[in-house]
Amino acid sequence: MILRLIERTGVFLVSLAVSSILVFAFMAVLPGDPARVALGVNASDEAVAELRRQFGLDRPLPTQYFDWLGGLLHGDLGTSYVSKVAIGPQVFDRLQVTLWLVVAGMIIALVVAAPAGTVMAARHRKISGLALSAFSQAGVAVPAFLAGILLIVVFAVRLGWLPANGWTPPAQDPTMFLKQLILPALSLGLVQGAVLTRYVRSAVLDVLREDYLRTARAKGLRPFQALWRHGLRNAAVPVVTVLGLQLATLLIGAVVVERVFVIPGLGSLLLDGVSNRDLLLVQDVVMVLVLAVLLVNFLVDLLYVALDPRLRTA
Amino acid sequence: MKRLNPSLIAGGVIVTVIVLMALVSFVWTPYDATLVTPTSRLLKPSWEHWFGTDKFGRDVLSQIMVGSRTTLFVGVVAVGVAAVIGVPLGILAAMVRRWPSEVIMRANDLLLAFPALLLAIMFGAVFGASTLTAMVAIGIASVPSFARVIRSGALQVMRTEYVLAARAAGRQPFPIALRHVLPNVTSLITVQASVSFAIAVLAEAALSFLGYGTPPPTPSWGRMLQESQEFLFTAPRLAIFPGIAIAIAVLGFNLLGDGLRDRFDPKLEDRR
Repeated sequence: MILRLIERTGVFLVSLAVSSILVFAFMAVLPGDPARVALGVNASDEAVAELRRQFGLDRPLPTQYFDWLGGLLHGDLGTSYVSKVAIGPQVFDRLQVTLWLVVAGMIIALVVAAPAGTVMAARHRKISGLALSAFSQAGVAVPAFLAGILLIVVFAVRLGWLPANGWTPPAQDPTMFLKQLILPALSLGLVQGAVLTRYVRSAVLDVLREDYLRTARAKGLRPFQALWRHGLRNAAVPVVTVLGLQLATLLIGAVVVERVFVIPGLGSLLLDGVSNRDLLLVQDVVMVLVLAVLLVNFLVDLLYVALDPRLRTA
Repeated sequence: MKRLNPSLIAGGVIVTVIVLMALVSFVWTPYDATLVTPTSRLLKPSWEHWFGTDKFGRDVLSQIMVGSRTTLFVGVVAVGVAAVIGVPLGILAAMVRRWPSEVIMRANDLLLAFPALLLAIMFGAVFGASTLTAMVAIGIASVPSFARVIRSGALQVMRTEYVLAARAAGRQPFPIALRHVLPNVTSLITVQASVSFAIAVLAEAALSFLGYGTPPPTPSWGRMLQESQEFLFTAPRLAIFPGIAIAIAVLGFNLLGDGLRDRFDPKLEDRR
């Protein structure tokens, strides 16, 4: 158990270090000088040199890397070459917005997938199971941003029940916040729910074939009782893994959904950074997203061990 | 002969229709897909324009037809990039000894932390947005899934008696990979290609929607969706048609992948 914990932590830290090098190197191979890019093609050589000196871009690359990494470790993401504003607070503010979306999307996905997948497995040769299967297959094919557009057309344009876009912080107006959160969260959650449903179904189907479930049935439990008491914990192990991978997908999916609903999240910050050629900002946001993906995978690994006692001795 | 399954038939039909639509669009479309006609802006569907026209008066059906070329082109190149890198990596990881294999798979895992969309946005930031950067980024992001699937298949092949016999006969690793391992993982490659194609279609649509994919005036389903956004209140059909096209294409490749998997591995069939 302890050995496994140390091993997983080691893998996480090494992955983090290597990806930070990758992100930094990728931005460093840029054809063109970040200072020139930030100031535009008409800037004088003196102005570019001044900006390079000011932001330390004239130093050797390894020095710049370790400086950036050291800053990251202390929560200092540097200052934008373009807007000259500190990047850390912006990223932190936007991350909160994106997290609301991701968490709400994940909850919707789970609420949809857990019952739907279980029913699909329990009734997998019946019409209701097949109908749910077809529904989830169709759901998988709809990207979140398309779901968002369709939801806007139905609930904002046709029915006029919910706002088509915008974002209000929860502290400012909780009712408006919820109203504006519903459609983007649904577009992320329903699509992920469709994907997750298939995994829940497959996991529950596996469990249904187990001897211990047959024994539980033989002792007089009804099928759903047996599944509830003995099956779901076992079915949860593979589902949790997928859930982790899906959190990463949700985070990236949020980038596009934020554009659809004009939400000032991390995705919008990243896309604005790209269009303003604000390369340090792009580098920081990408690193934060990669960190989030790696962290989620690491936590899933740990949760995996907690859920499956057999892995604790491995 | 093996029985055809419904997924395979449905997926096969959808994919064939899309391919035919793309091929036909080379020689015929109802109108020039890029022709701007200010006098026929935002027309509703009619006999002249089955799907109506967009804000520039361009025929939506013609754009959807030509857009299928973009979708297929991006898919083919992205899956090609992923297969050309991922398949040899997967076979190599199965054939080499412990630590190099571990290094390959760890690098593979690391790449998983860079999803297609993020990678494509990074490529767009550095090299400028274009169809090429989108295709390469989507392809690179699909390498890990190829390598992982092929490695597990190749590991099984490596344990077979004919591979053991070939090794005992002194055959070098490269000929073994080429003559024994590769032919036995082609079914896995086909299935993975179909699944990755669906992901590539989604990623291309999302990128074009964000403005990091195919640049105008080349028609692309994702960009049609993006352009439709300002007319959601007045002409929602502009979003519906390309939206349906994307969903059907993804559904087709997913079903094809599922169907192929069942066909190549009948043991799995009763699980679906």
